[in-house]
Amino acid sequence: MTAVASDVVPAGASRRAAAVGVFFLIVAAMIVFVFGLGVPSDASSTFVLNPVQGGAIHIPNLTLPSRASALAIGALCAVLAAVQLVRGFGRRTNLVLGVVVTLFVVAFLTWAAHDKSFNLVGMLQSTLLLAVPITFGALSGVLCERSAVINVGIEGMLLAGAFVGTVIASVAGGASGAHILGGTPGEWLGLLAGAAVGALLAGLLAVLSIRYLVDQIIAGVAINIIALGLTSYLSIAFLEQNNALNAPGIFRDVKIPGLAQLPVVGPVLFDQNLFVYLMLVLVALAYVGLFHTRWGLRVRAVGEHPRAADTVGIRVLATRYRNVILGGIVAGIGGAFFTLGSVGRFDENMTAGRGFIGLAAMIFGRWNPIGAFLAALVFGFADALSTKLSILSVPIDSNFLLMAPYLVTIAVVAGVVRKARPPAADGKPYVKE
Amino acid sequence: MAELKEGRPPAEEEEEEARASGGEGGLPGRALAAELLEGPGVPSWIRALSVPVLAIVTALALGALLIVFTDPTSRAAWAGFFVDPLHTLKVSGIAVRDSYEALFTGALGSPTGIFNAIRSGDLHEIALSLNPLSETVVAATPLIFAGLAVALGFRAGLFNIGAEGQLNAGAIAAALVGFSFTGLPGPLHLVLIALAGFLGGALWGAVPGYLKARTGAHEVITTIMMNYISYYLVDFVLLTTLFQRPDRTDPISKPVTAFFPHLLGSDLRLNAGILLALAMAVVVAWLLNRTTIGFEFKAVGANPDAARTAGMSPARTFVTAMALSGALAGLGGAVQLASISPSLTPGFSSGYGFDAIALALLGKSKPSGVVAAAFLLGALRAGARSMQAATSTPIDIVTVIEALVIVFVAAPAVIRGIYRIKAQRGAGVQVLTKGWGG
Repeated sequence: MTAVASDVVPAGASRRAAAVGVFFLIVAAMIVFVFGLGVPSDASSTFVLNPVQGGAIHIPNLTLPSRASALAIGALCAVLAAVQLVRGFGRRTNLVLGVVVTLFVVAFLTWAAHDKSFNLVGMLQSTLLLAVPITFGALSGVLCERSAVINVGIEGMLLAGAFVGTVIASVAGGASGAHILGGTPGEWLGLLAGAAVGALLAGLLAVLSIRYLVDQIIAGVAINIIALGLTSYLSIAFLEQNNALNAPGIFRDVKIPGLAQLPVVGPVLFDQNLFVYLMLVLVALAYVGLFHTRWGLRVRAVGEHPRAADTVGIRVLATRYRNVILGGIVAGIGGAFFTLGSVGRFDENMTAGRGFIGLAAMIFGRWNPIGAFLAALVFGFADALSTKLSILSVPIDSNFLLMAPYLVTIAVVAGVVRKARPPAADGKPYVKE
Repeated sequence: MAELKEGRPPAEEEEEEARASGGEGGLPGRALAAELLEGPGVPSWIRALSVPVLAIVTALALGALLIVFTDPTSRAAWAGFFVDPLHTLKVSGIAVRDSYEALFTGALGSPTGIFNAIRSGDLHEIALSLNPLSETVVAATPLIFAGLAVALGFRAGLFNIGAEGQLNAGAIAAALVGFSFTGLPGPLHLVLIALAGFLGGALWGAVPGYLKARTGAHEVITTIMMNYISYYLVDFVLLTTLFQRPDRTDPISKPVTAFFPHLLGSDLRLNAGILLALAMAVVVAWLLNRTTIGFEFKAVGANPDAARTAGMSPARTFVTAMALSGALAGLGGAVQLASISPSLTPGFSSGYGFDAIALALLGKSKPSGVVAAAFLLGALRAGARSMQAATSTPIDIVTVIEALVIVFVAAPAVIRGIYRIKAQRGAGVQVLTKGWGG
């Protein structure tokens, strides 16, 4: 796909530009007529900028007139639509598309929060928290697929990590003991065990797909079913009769001194539990590792052109084994988040498709750790929104709100994958000649 | 590696060589299985079946380990392993035997029970003794539909994990037709219910097909997402006044009013739904082997680029194949409604989507194979219910066994390694799915 100068636009591109323009218009109309004129003219929307509890510095709430703000946002969208239809934004279209979607969400929030108050900080906190398992899943996918092994088994690795994490943490003392970085020794052991079981399942995926040349997607699906079956089986056989095995405790939030005092950013980014910090560190590590180290260059070579990599002496299969197992460790930690970082107990099939959403985030993020993280934030936001909105008693059926993350996933995969290019050798086994 | 001849397409043709000449074959000094399966005179269908059968046996053996590990009495006995190892093994053996015995009698009935019932001549008694068999067939019926759906997708190079959602979508449509039309003649009503399920599933399946054709969105992700959306859609419609039973507050639909007739009296749940399932297997076989559409499916599935060069449209094939695949699953939902669970409830189709993948793999994506595999899994599922009631072994062991079967069937090299069987001719790597861009 090449960038096109605005005076020589092929028919297909101009049709797409027109379609995008019409889409902007529809969004603008919806903002004006539903979100703007749909609320009483004197209503105001209040956004709370303090965390639900605590918060060192109290910041005044942000109160906006509901109708006027929506009309202003709608007008802005209409202007963007007009520009798009008349002149087009050229290669910046996608950026503008992102802006319009963001404006739509903002207008939607002012509408949903009219005559009520909406805790923006709480919303952002849960966005980040809900993005954790998706990010870990997506990072796992990035690590595997950069070395050309498709990992559809992330969901199973998350589930296994959640299960093993809860059992080991419960056996090793659960919530009792001194806290190190917010976790008791038991919880830390649970975290490590989750990573270990992720590595184990990833090892199975690696052996099946690298040694036995099994279709990688089928191997991944089989791992998902094994994890689902085993965790359900063992949870009925052991956890249900013995609650002490399912009481792992939860990693506590750890304030980062100084930074946690910052308004808005502080409570969102610097007063979270270990998993959130681990996620941020891992995203940075994976990005630097993959794109700025010799290791990363080799991994990408193996993923793009294994034969060439082999020719210059890179051990293709060893690289793949290593990366898949690394990916499994990451997914296992992400799984442990469910029980040790969020819920505090294991429930059957509690991952509910987050691993697959992680895969979508990986694609959305174009196989780049930072992109994957940003995509995971979008999904986390959709997730957080669906729970927050049901509290605001928005006149939309909660089932449709619950569908939102999955609909967003489809839209993303359908809208983005065409332009996103997977590693060239992705999914292809390598057999040395 | 002289024996391994590549180049022959993976066993496409049905079992025409089935009745090839018999004869004794045996090479000394090898593992038993290898000896039995590799002789020169062994018919090819036995060789073809060897991997799936050994996969099942191996999965059951591993399942037995799981029982030993989880059964309370056997676990208690392991504490004294070093004191009395024989006792430990005996107790473990009993735990496994009890579980599997309950599994098999729950699936097939007890032979002596059936014999005595037939000798007594009492029809009611006979029906009761045949109940496990009837339950197996009842459990297999939706599995056949879902398995055919996934198998059809596989043949067109599509990995449809969405049988579950398509079954739900079909069931929503079928339920609507099933309870709102009253006063129609039964058979006509049944046809309409089936048609509604067919169309509902087709619509739900066509969406991922269309998205793949238009945008390249991988069907593995879109169909899984469609599954989740279907769960919430079911939850939503069940609480609307249109669907919900007037006398209930929980999510449950009004019951459909037309039913497939019972085949062996009203004591058994065995019904004509199984006949429709078998008929669909025949139709799918015919479609794949005797029609242009089927040929296009297989051509696109084998190599979309070559198919495009030959003038076929992979995009159109993706949409048609996914729609037909979804239609089969949706029909399964309709049949389920009009036979054994007349009301739509949340979790109506939980698990069929995963089961269907196992069936399609186990049956090598052939309709006959899918039917056989569906009866097997139906037996396991029906049996597992009695097993869970009779012993402490949870029903989820079937899911574990199922996953192991998928692994072993997808990785025949593992099975061949364990039992030291040589690769069949033409048994190269079978490519079933493609990477993301496909």
